[in-house]
Amino acid sequence: MTDLRHFTGFRPLTVLCLFILYAPLVIVAVYSFNESTSITRWGGFSLKWYVDVFTGPEAPKFRDAAINSFTIAIGAATCATLIATAAAVAMTRAGRFRGKLASLALINLPLMVPEIVTAVASLVFFITIGLTTGLLTIFLAHVVFCIPFAYLPISARMQSVPDVYEQAAMDLYATPWEAFRLILLPLMAPGILSGFLLAFIISLDDFLITNFVKGAGVETLPTAIFGSVKQGIKPNIMAISTLLLGVSVVCVTLSWLIGRAGQKR
Amino acid sequence: MKTLLTTSLLALTLAGAAQAEGKLSIYHWFEYIPQELLDKFAAEYDVEVTMDTFDSNEALLAALKAGRLGSYDVAVPGDYMVDILKQEGMLDSFTPEELPNHGNIEDRWLDVAFDPGRTSSIPYQWGSTSFAVNREVYDGTADSLGLIFAPPPELAGKINVLDTSGETLTLASLYLGIPQCSADRAQLKALNDLVMGAKAEWASFGSDVAKDVLVSGDAAAGMIWSGFSAKARAEGAPIEYVFPKEGMIVWMDNVVLLKDAPNRDNALKFMNFLLEPENAAAVTNYAQYSAGVKGVSEFLAPEVANSPESNPPSDVTGVFVQPCPQEVQVMYDAIWTNLKK
Amino acid sequence: MAGAAPQGASAGSDIYRGNGPRLLLPVWLWVGIFLVAPVLIMAVYSVLTKEFRGGVIWDFTLAAYDQFFLDRGLFGDEPPRIEWTYIGIFWRSIWQAGLATVLCLLIGFPTAWFIATRPARVRSVWLFLITIPYWVNLLIRTVSMKFLIRDTGPLNEFLLWAGIIDTPLALVNTNFAVQLGLFYSYLPFMVLPIYAAVERYDFSLSEAAADLYADSWTTLRLIILPVVKPGIVAGCILVFVPSLGAFLAPELLGGAKTFMIGSLIEEQFKGAAGNWPFGAAASMILLSIVMAVLLLHARAQTKGDRT
Repeated sequence: MTDLRHFTGFRPLTVLCLFILYAPLVIVAVYSFNESTSITRWGGFSLKWYVDVFTGPEAPKFRDAAINSFTIAIGAATCATLIATAAAVAMTRAGRFRGKLASLALINLPLMVPEIVTAVASLVFFITIGLTTGLLTIFLAHVVFCIPFAYLPISARMQSVPDVYEQAAMDLYATPWEAFRLILLPLMAPGILSGFLLAFIISLDDFLITNFVKGAGVETLPTAIFGSVKQGIKPNIMAISTLLLGVSVVCVTLSWLIGRAGQKR
Repeated sequence: MKTLLTTSLLALTLAGAAQAEGKLSIYHWFEYIPQELLDKFAAEYDVEVTMDTFDSNEALLAALKAGRLGSYDVAVPGDYMVDILKQEGMLDSFTPEELPNHGNIEDRWLDVAFDPGRTSSIPYQWGSTSFAVNREVYDGTADSLGLIFAPPPELAGKINVLDTSGETLTLASLYLGIPQCSADRAQLKALNDLVMGAKAEWASFGSDVAKDVLVSGDAAAGMIWSGFSAKARAEGAPIEYVFPKEGMIVWMDNVVLLKDAPNRDNALKFMNFLLEPENAAAVTNYAQYSAGVKGVSEFLAPEVANSPESNPPSDVTGVFVQPCPQEVQVMYDAIWTNLKK
Repeated sequence: MAGAAPQGASAGSDIYRGNGPRLLLPVWLWVGIFLVAPVLIMAVYSVLTKEFRGGVIWDFTLAAYDQFFLDRGLFGDEPPRIEWTYIGIFWRSIWQAGLATVLCLLIGFPTAWFIATRPARVRSVWLFLITIPYWVNLLIRTVSMKFLIRDTGPLNEFLLWAGIIDTPLALVNTNFAVQLGLFYSYLPFMVLPIYAAVERYDFSLSEAAADLYADSWTTLRLIILPVVKPGIVAGCILVFVPSLGAFLAPELLGGAKTFMIGSLIEEQFKGAAGNWPFGAAASMILLSIVMAVLLLHARAQTKGDRT
């Protein structure tokens, strides 16, 4: 009998898909270790561009940009995770109420509005209310599009946790807040962490909206990198890219391990 | 939870409002000032310097319009943009007494049309906009803008043009021999047809990338600023900067004092600092244009002072870009959009 | 997008009954103030008068929409005809986004299917591999692609070395490069939702089909595709919507030579054009197109649920 799951050609297509996805990244990673200043000719293995990233003439610029990026990403992801957790409890544990479907649409709205539109809207909004663009405006805008990304894993996890434990706690006269804090929250931890990580990486990733709402003297890593690559791809940019690639791999691995730990429980 | 949120919000607000004393915020062209010079100023006056960069005069204006005015102390617009910023009320003014080095300004750059008597701006660097051609790819005569707008087969499909309508359309007008800001129908139509036809032979639009494409060989000819071309040559590009017989653009960049500058005193200190011949020469040695300050010559590196890019033959004509009135500018914008549709 | 969300108002427990609105207040406030209100303000901007060189004058006018849809000639005095410039830019963007979606689907579906049908232990490794690019910075991925395909880049070097070509392929700065960039950028967005749908697929359906002598391709067409359709549709939306407003791919891979919607809008606020109302109007039109697509999807889905 033939394997019902098998389709001829799907395996090579999968390999092709992974090849397409990885080839450019791997090549850039390899060339970031290039000794030569000419970016396309191989001149032997060297770590000099990594040294350059941390000590070279552009090091202060990229250091400040990295600090800004991580500050904003941690702040925005934290804030989005809190908002998304509250929203997920409401959507999965609070029964029926008016406006529930509209709320679901609202939570997902940032995913549906094209990024360039959000960017323009945010810019004219901040101009209209007279808020000087800067780090704060980037943070405010980032929380918005981080919310749905934090919400997805959190609500998925919450749906998979039965409410019998909280029910039992409340039968023993725990208040809803205690039931949430002492029972649901620990059970939810993997989902919340995944949501936080996803929001974090999404914030770290953003270029377009940041580019519109950033203020004087404020750069994040993507805007600094974009400014640099517009002048041509330099070896130090490949080194930074490889480092950021590393951050992404660490985050995925963490999220993956958390997910597995969560399933075992 | 709430405290965490409040603290992080507070931290962000504080970080965002970091415009205390002892700071200077500069809005500058990219790759135009050596970091060492900024460091020198920072050390000498104990000022923390931050700098953002732009790649066209129009991008500078757009950013100031979009809420950045009041965040920067000084900016570096070109001649016609000084005029526009003035019309827009975006410039502050100073008295010559506030700049002890005001007397160092070269006489010919003192009473300029866009800022008579220099009360809002000081000269920074001046140079020209034309194009450079790779001599290994093309070895014919190079004396005409036709190499860009009606390229020979060797160059077709390998041309980069500056991604700003002002300079690109002005060079196109020079090639056609029509006046700037012309509102004449036949002339505008001809201009439109010229760039539309030439676009098929152009590889890319890019200003920041103008040097890199010539160095890497991605482009065999490209519109470029004189000093940027000299830097490309220094980085190994086998190119020649062309002084076209139709004429080229001459420009002067200026450091202006912006309205609502958060650190006006430091801005004036910085402008005064840049009028020191030694410091002006440092910029020239880096960017390879020409300073508008007296007494720089003794500080110049010989290869910069004698570079072919900075020493045009005497018979080449240079024109300044003119700011067009609104009803004409609309048509130039339309041609530009049409070009990129 | 809709896959993981609770289905309708009836799902879930109600032990925190009565707290729903209170818990949703933060999300309503934040998204309301920092997204809905800005979009409304932008809508207002689109009917204001443009100020020369950027900014707006608070006089209401439809000039921006007029400029978008009507061509009155270079000098503005000809009888109005349909303006094809901007419609053309939108049409090309839609076409490129659509083509990117189809290409992503052609590669993404087999990949998702293949991964979802691996044994559990191997599957998580495959899934891990496919997730990483999804989490890698889009800018970095676009830059990497540009590096790979530039005239003097590794791809051309390799093809020259292998003797497949004599002169480097001029790939970068073409519409093809933009197309490739869109496809590459959003491919992971296609795989993951389809994977989620295939994972839930009940294989007894395939068995039943096989018992009725359907070959595997017939089963795919008649049974599997309809069942995993929600995942496919979600994937298509996740690719199509961001492709439509893409900025990085045309800017970096297309050599800023031809406008896509995203770069056209950006030019109004950051470039020489300085026409804010027009940029706002173009944004509103883009938003309307996307919302129309999403509404069609939502309607098709509710219809599907009912049957």
